[in-house]
Amino acid sequence: MDIPNLALATPELLLGVGAMVLLMVGVFIGDKSTRIVTGLSVALIVLAGIWLIWLPATGEAFHGAFVMDPFARLMKILVLIGSGVAIAMSVGFARLENFDRFEYPILVVLATLGMLLMVSANDLISLYLGLELQALSLYVVAAINRDSLRSTEAGLKYFVLGALSSGMLLYGASMVYGFTGHTGFDGIAAAMAGERSLGLVFGIVFVLAGIAFKISAVPFHMWTPDVYEGAPTPVTAFFAAAPKIAAMAMLIRVVQGAFEPASADWRQIITFLAIASMVLGAFAAIGQTNIKRLMAYSSIGHMGFALVGLAAGSEEGVSGVVLYMIIYMAMTLGTFACILAMRRTDGMVENISDLAGLSRTNPMMALVLTAFMFSLAGIPPLAGFWAKYFVFLAAIQAELYLLSVIGVIASVVGAFYYLRIVKLMWFDEPEQGFVGMASELKIILAITSVFTVFYVVIAGPMSSIATAAARTFFS
Amino acid sequence: MTDLPILSIVTFLPLVGALITFLIWEDSEIARRNVRYVALFTTIVTFLVSLSIWFNFDNSRSDFQLVEKLGWIEQGGISYHLGVDGISMLFVILTTFLMPFCILASWESVEKRIREYMIAFLILETLMIGVFCSLDIVLFYVFFEAGLIPMFLIISVWGGARRVYASLKFFLYTLLGSVLMLLAIMAMYWQAGTTDIPALLAYNFPASMQTWLWIAFFASFAVKMPMWPVHTWLPDAHVEAPTAGSVILAAILLKMGGYGFLRFSLPMFPLASADMQNFVFVLSLIAIIYTSLVALMQEDIKKLIAYSSVAHMGYVTMGIFTANAHGIQGGIFQMLAHGLVSGALFLCVGVVYDRMHTREIAAYGGLVNNMPKYAVAFLIFTMANVGLPGTAGFVGEFLTLLGAFQANTWVAFFATTGVILSAAYALWLYRRVVFGTLDKEALKSMLDLSTREKWILYPLIVLVIYFGVNPGPVFDVTQASVDNLINNYQAAIDGAVQAASAANN
Repeated sequence: MDIPNLALATPELLLGVGAMVLLMVGVFIGDKSTRIVTGLSVALIVLAGIWLIWLPATGEAFHGAFVMDPFARLMKILVLIGSGVAIAMSVGFARLENFDRFEYPILVVLATLGMLLMVSANDLISLYLGLELQALSLYVVAAINRDSLRSTEAGLKYFVLGALSSGMLLYGASMVYGFTGHTGFDGIAAAMAGERSLGLVFGIVFVLAGIAFKISAVPFHMWTPDVYEGAPTPVTAFFAAAPKIAAMAMLIRVVQGAFEPASADWRQIITFLAIASMVLGAFAAIGQTNIKRLMAYSSIGHMGFALVGLAAGSEEGVSGVVLYMIIYMAMTLGTFACILAMRRTDGMVENISDLAGLSRTNPMMALVLTAFMFSLAGIPPLAGFWAKYFVFLAAIQAELYLLSVIGVIASVVGAFYYLRIVKLMWFDEPEQGFVGMASELKIILAITSVFTVFYVVIAGPMSSIATAAARTFFS
Repeated sequence: MTDLPILSIVTFLPLVGALITFLIWEDSEIARRNVRYVALFTTIVTFLVSLSIWFNFDNSRSDFQLVEKLGWIEQGGISYHLGVDGISMLFVILTTFLMPFCILASWESVEKRIREYMIAFLILETLMIGVFCSLDIVLFYVFFEAGLIPMFLIISVWGGARRVYASLKFFLYTLLGSVLMLLAIMAMYWQAGTTDIPALLAYNFPASMQTWLWIAFFASFAVKMPMWPVHTWLPDAHVEAPTAGSVILAAILLKMGGYGFLRFSLPMFPLASADMQNFVFVLSLIAIIYTSLVALMQEDIKKLIAYSSVAHMGYVTMGIFTANAHGIQGGIFQMLAHGLVSGALFLCVGVVYDRMHTREIAAYGGLVNNMPKYAVAFLIFTMANVGLPGTAGFVGEFLTLLGAFQANTWVAFFATTGVILSAAYALWLYRRVVFGTLDKEALKSMLDLSTREKWILYPLIVLVIYFGVNPGPVFDVTQASVDNLINNYQAAIDGAVQAASAANN
């Protein structure tokens, strides 16, 4: 028996051991430890990220259940950035809202560990392990504000629906195993190359339904608005970025790695999910008054746009999705940093109308949020345009004309509600101003807004990075 | 020839000015004055630098000149590629020329957030110049669409009472048209393997594909132009926009549609253009006649001029799609002349609006008595708008009609009735605003043109008359490129006819 190549999984091991140590620290010091634990959690994540950037090892471990390739590396770095920023953003919130729970950063670290495993999973079993570690941590995190009715309701709703989706995934996985005789992705792909039975198609449908729940694609999106609204804002910011990226990475690996021979089957499913998500995300967001709910529908729509690239089933498509997730994360984290800065002297506010007149009370924040809104709407030259450009480019190449036309029309409808926010900030009479922004939010806003606005300058290298990652599946 | 990247300098100079303006952070009287002067200085310098494009321009060449090319996004085959030919060069000059007037026109009328206002205008200038200079179709699209952001903000922050409605309508209408064009651009990339405009111009798209691509591009440019029946955003946007915003909208942004037809639709999809010729003629005629009639009945000065813009753009689309030398030359000239004339008319409206704060025609009358200089300026621009010989408005209109006559006499016949109608609404407007008795109390205290306003209007008068009498310099520039366009167009049509007859034999 050979010893698995543990070096490949160093970031995961680091996070796993680190989380347990931090749990000890928290338990022994008590509630006062929140700041220390938070700081150390970010340090752990940064360390794992540096390891990934510094030592680009590739290969397989644990008998092919765990794979490390350029795609996994890039997506893991993204997940780590998303998680690290989400923890950092919670510092000011924790101080002001009595949100002193050292469990929060630890749970985020554990969830991140689950996500890293999801990204690297090359076997249905390791995939499920990673997914459940992530999901169980997220259920608790959603309900972490246990004295709030909304937060606990959000957590419970998320748990019930999440458990259902996990069940579907597991059921689908068992069917795939039953009809192919493999749990490893390579084995499944090899077994699929020949004749495919109807049962296998059912298996694919169930697996995809389970994953669609995780990326909140329509019709498995019901939990998203409630959880986004109910969870404390830093938690929502976390939900909107890292888990989406991990789940999308997992989806890409499942369809391109395991189900590749059946691409004619799953591309139909992805196409349907994409259309439904784009359209629902665009239309349902129009009536929202709560900005977190609005962002929930916005993220549903954006997942739909990202899936457009995957529906193309080509290298360009996967590259487009990867790029989309990078840009989506920057825009989302920036927008949530703005939402976290929506604080009056008497506490947080989260209605869209609270942004009225922001351009007078806080011109800089208004400017930055305006840039994010135009970027989310996909107006050039901002980053959001390039995200959409490359996924639709792949869809046109694959001759998915109907999908593309519906998609761009949905993006015009979506532009309406982003513009509504811009309008509020610039034309309406000012409400009472917000109190000063925490310094960590300022840093995050500065980085994400520079990325979003000046993306044109780095568009070339960014596309190369995404293409290099996508090539993993097409070489 | 110099090795300086003149086009990049002209394109991004306003952005530098915007950055400087952005750094003037305080909000005092002096700071506001500085903001105005920085913006004015930037636009004037940009104009002067842009003149060097004209000096370095070789009229005898029909290809792209002053070309700059840098790699940008390899994965999409996109490059940073700038250059001008006879069709685009004058639009660059028109843009840089009009910007100082826009800044001057906003000198006093914009009071709140002057800094943001100037930044928006300077960014808009960069984007507009970029549209006309781009030689990469994606780069073109980026400039084309990005212009929506500053224009949206200009209308909606500094606009009139119904500005929110108008700005949203403007934004969503144009965006909807443009996204379809974006898909067409992508399809062209996969078909031709490049997004380089010179390469795409040389590529022959299959006939079946041309029709679809043509429709997608038409969706975008027809909205931008705007053509009937998708013109309804224009009157709203014009009415609510501040004076300088209306000037830019009428003088430059509308020309992007016509420029797009000339740069993409006609040369890249000649077969589809030939098929769709009658369709465009019908829409153009409806625009000319119907919107002229609508203009007759307007109560609002700006709305009247907006409808007249739609009618004049009808001549442009008609001229372009005749696909003969007279029509296209006339279309280009009409766009340039309309840029000057409609811009000047909106500036004239701005003069009285700044004094009275109303655009109702009924609120005016008898201005000739106390504002004689204004009355003369307004008269000259009104006449140019009507198309009186000797003004710039005449040349373009006449040539497009000449072109239309060669293509289809009935089209020319109906289009000519538009000339009569335009005389009717323009002169009636002039009579109601300027002539008559001066019996309204508020009007009696109105002063004639101030020095600043003279500086704005007089140079435009000179140009409108100069180009009316001597249009040669413009045609010298456009001649070679237009001939080249028509030759290629004709060759493509002939090729298709030969192929069809060969298939029949």
